[in-house]
Amino acid sequence: MDKGFSPVGLRVLVVDDDPTWLKILEKMLKKCSYEVTTCGLAREALRLLRERKDGYDIVISDVNMPDMDGFKLLEHVGLELDLPVIMMSVDGETKRVMKGVQHGACDYLLKPIRMKELKIIWQHVLRKKLQEVRDIEGCYEGGADWFTRNDEAHLLGGGGEDVSFGRKRKEFDFEKKLLLQDESDPSSSSSKKARVVWSFELHQKFVNAVNQIGCDHSKYVGTLQFLSISLPLSCLLHGSGVLCLAEAGPKKILDLMNVPWLTRENVASHLQKYRLYLSRLEKGKELKCYSGGVKNMDLPPKGSEFSSVHQSPGKNSYAFSGGSSDPKQLASSSVSDPSSDVHMPPKAKKTRVEFDPPISSSCAFDSLLSWSDVPDPLESKPQILYGSSFLQQQPLPSQSPYVANSAPTLMEQEMKPSYETSVNADEFLMPQDKNSTVILQDLDLSAPSAISSINVTNDTESILRSLSWELPESHHSGFIDTDLDFSWLQNEHFLANTGVQNFQLQDYSCSPSLLSELPPHLWFGNEPDEYTLMVDHGLFIS
Amino acid sequence: MDTLVAQLQRQFRDYTISLYHQGFLDDQFTELKKLQDECSPDFVAEVVSLFFEDCEKLIGNMARALDQTGNVDFSLVGSSVHQLKGSSSSVGAKRVKGLCVTFKECCDSQSFEGCVRCLQQVDIEYKSLKAKLQDLFNLEQQIVQAGGRIPQVDI
Repeated sequence: MDKGFSPVGLRVLVVDDDPTWLKILEKMLKKCSYEVTTCGLAREALRLLRERKDGYDIVISDVNMPDMDGFKLLEHVGLELDLPVIMMSVDGETKRVMKGVQHGACDYLLKPIRMKELKIIWQHVLRKKLQEVRDIEGCYEGGADWFTRNDEAHLLGGGGEDVSFGRKRKEFDFEKKLLLQDESDPSSSSSKKARVVWSFELHQKFVNAVNQIGCDHSKYVGTLQFLSISLPLSCLLHGSGVLCLAEAGPKKILDLMNVPWLTRENVASHLQKYRLYLSRLEKGKELKCYSGGVKNMDLPPKGSEFSSVHQSPGKNSYAFSGGSSDPKQLASSSVSDPSSDVHMPPKAKKTRVEFDPPISSSCAFDSLLSWSDVPDPLESKPQILYGSSFLQQQPLPSQSPYVANSAPTLMEQEMKPSYETSVNADEFLMPQDKNSTVILQDLDLSAPSAISSINVTNDTESILRSLSWELPESHHSGFIDTDLDFSWLQNEHFLANTGVQNFQLQDYSCSPSLLSELPPHLWFGNEPDEYTLMVDHGLFIS
Repeated sequence: MDTLVAQLQRQFRDYTISLYHQGFLDDQFTELKKLQDECSPDFVAEVVSLFFEDCEKLIGNMARALDQTGNVDFSLVGSSVHQLKGSSSSVGAKRVKGLCVTFKECCDSQSFEGCVRCLQQVDIEYKSLKAKLQDLFNLEQQIVQAGGRIPQVDI
């Protein structure tokens, strides 16, 4: 599935001890344009699934199998991998079906199975993804709404602090969300405790704890200083962020969070979700370059600012993978392109962020960005990472904190000329009152590729991707601002309403957590339409 | 002006319809035919072969289980019956599938005679279906060899 969430190429694992059915299902699924793997034994299936954790999108399994009960397999898959599982059987007895549902099956098909039933199994995959988004979204109390609260919303409340979101969310909506969360959590099939509602603050504490653990690692410190942006940093440092995760164990996180009533299990399960979320960001190789990325952004009247940016080649540097991660190089590799006079190419395939990094922490930067894995052709690279930060620099003096961050846009040298960046930047900045956050938001990691790029190994490419900036036609995609809830869900609104908020990066210096904000569309790069659909869904949910 | 091909095609059509009407096949078989395409021109024949192989194996299991005089494990027989039921549902072997329902009931009630009777019937039934499908495939081959197309039969 390259482009957006499309049923085509859905990776299905079929498990059935009946060779006849296995053959038939394989044929049927192939006719649905899915990618099929068959398996005659449950244990074998588990092995395959564990071997390639992200190798499958959905599992279809028979209930009766000789080596392992289908329900057991269902449990394992649900717990370990959080994949949607469809059960099948020739037996349609209510109690069997109920057992399936109780064990977390997302559907129960009766044999003989018809093509029409298989044609729509992709909805379970989509639904699950949406659910995950909502779960995380739930940590932010249903972000879609937040954008409208832009005036009061001072996102970036900083780690651990209560962010005054100017909670306008109606009590009713909030309760509804809680209820939805309570009802719709199939993943915790084995631990049906009182469900913890991960409110924004709680999640923020969680994320900060995670980041803190990661930030304890010196190698990130410099980078953080360098970047000093929370949002972009989180994106940029997706890799590091994930590494933070890798280092962080639930116990440690729990200790740091200092929430007395929270249990280790709560943290563990939330951590798992978070990890899955982050790892899904890595999915999708293709980086969607958004054509007309500028669309979502209004061209700032301050075109001149951008030009100025370009004009300071010395200042503008971009990180590029591929070669040395030498900060100096970063500084010197001028992004400015002679032709980059603020002109927006109609299709800013790649936006490149230029910024003025203090380059003080080159070491950190180096370590952070593993340039060795230079991404491939530009096309495959995500777009600008910190376009926003870049933008901030220029036109908004008040945004100066960002300026410094220009973070290592792990831009490859081949990246498009700076003007592209500026273009985006402009758009971000357009609404004068918009916050830099907006821009960050615009860092649409919608491209599935963008998301996928996020790579635990701090792969340059992944970092780049994490910062990729894809602006689908119809919306911006998410911003990676943890504070900003899934405002991306309402891109239009956002642009219209939210003011750019001051990104007090300092607060987030250790929070690559923003990644969690990635809007769903980033997860599975959907077409704008699909995204809109999802957005609506999300909105509806919240 | 009944060409050989036309005759064969008519035979094929009639035979197919009769199999459905006599309850040997149900619409799952039709679905199987729909799945057959250029990529897998012998899809139906292959699937059906798998089914018959499975039948042999399962019936063997059941026979062995029932043969443990005085110590019959009916749940074991029952699980084999369940598998057979699933298998028969895959190719549209309607009669076999129907027998499995009865067979399952005998297992549940632990009726030895009932099970033995069901086993015999299942054995006869699957072999009968096997022979008929073989005839059908032969007809298809003759049509093709005579240069004709295998007609689409709508039940």
